[in-house]
Amino acid sequence: MKLREVEKLLEAQTLAGTQRLDDLVIETAGAADLMSDVLAFSHPGTLLLTGLATVQSISTADIADIKAIIYVRGKHPDIEVVTKAEERGIPLLCTSLGMFECCGRLYRAGIRDDGHAAR
Amino acid sequence: MRPDDRQSDRVPLLKQRWEVQGGNFITAGNVSTKIKDLLKEIQISPDLIRRLAICCYEAEMNIVMYAGKGSMTLEIHSSELVLIVEDQGQGIPDINLAMQEGWSTATEAMREKGFGAGMGLPNIKRNADKFDLTSKLGQGTTLRVSITLT
Repeated sequence: MKLREVEKLLEAQTLAGTQRLDDLVIETAGAADLMSDVLAFSHPGTLLLTGLATVQSISTADIADIKAIIYVRGKHPDIEVVTKAEERGIPLLCTSLGMFECCGRLYRAGIRDDGHAAR
Repeated sequence: MRPDDRQSDRVPLLKQRWEVQGGNFITAGNVSTKIKDLLKEIQISPDLIRRLAICCYEAEMNIVMYAGKGSMTLEIHSSELVLIVEDQGQGIPDINLAMQEGWSTATEAMREKGFGAGMGLPNIKRNADKFDLTSKLGQGTTLRVSITLT
């Protein structure tokens, strides 16, 4: 599924990386508020759903080769966070939907768990 | 391995050192990003870069969270990538305990940043081929990890 379809499905707004919405294909996703868990359990190329709208989420995604980030529960990042996402080429989306709802919609649309897909 | 080869591998092909400022969550991760970019430039395989970058970032966050200051040194050898992390923090009283997943002395402020869950050191060990951690109370901690180039 293209990132643009994810944007529509999750009623999201794109804050950074608009130019990549039609290029990036999303097959797996992971949801975590704990960046330690993202570093420990994620796999490269996945979509990250998180409620942690800080600069650490960008750094973590960058280090762990996360394809794109979606901030859930209406979390809105500061401008510094958006700037860093642009600089590092990581698309950043935000939605007012909750984590559970986002995961459910993505799963129903065929996106699979990051860890499960890798096993 | 011939003696000459062993000798040549002791001297890194590239060595670079960065200072890390403790307590600064805004710049936390910048050194790890630089190291990752450098490894990409010299075309190390993405899997190995990711593993070393995770070691770097976890270690950098440890300096930021627990030490006043520290440094990170990257050595690129023909057969391995070596990361040496030194800090002048308070030291780790019980390394065996610190290596247990979930054991943490993190404050609530650290947890709000998404860290401090006691996953860092075990995750570094998981991603490294060699892992050596030494610490002296009141003086600081030295971590040396290496990843074999395949």
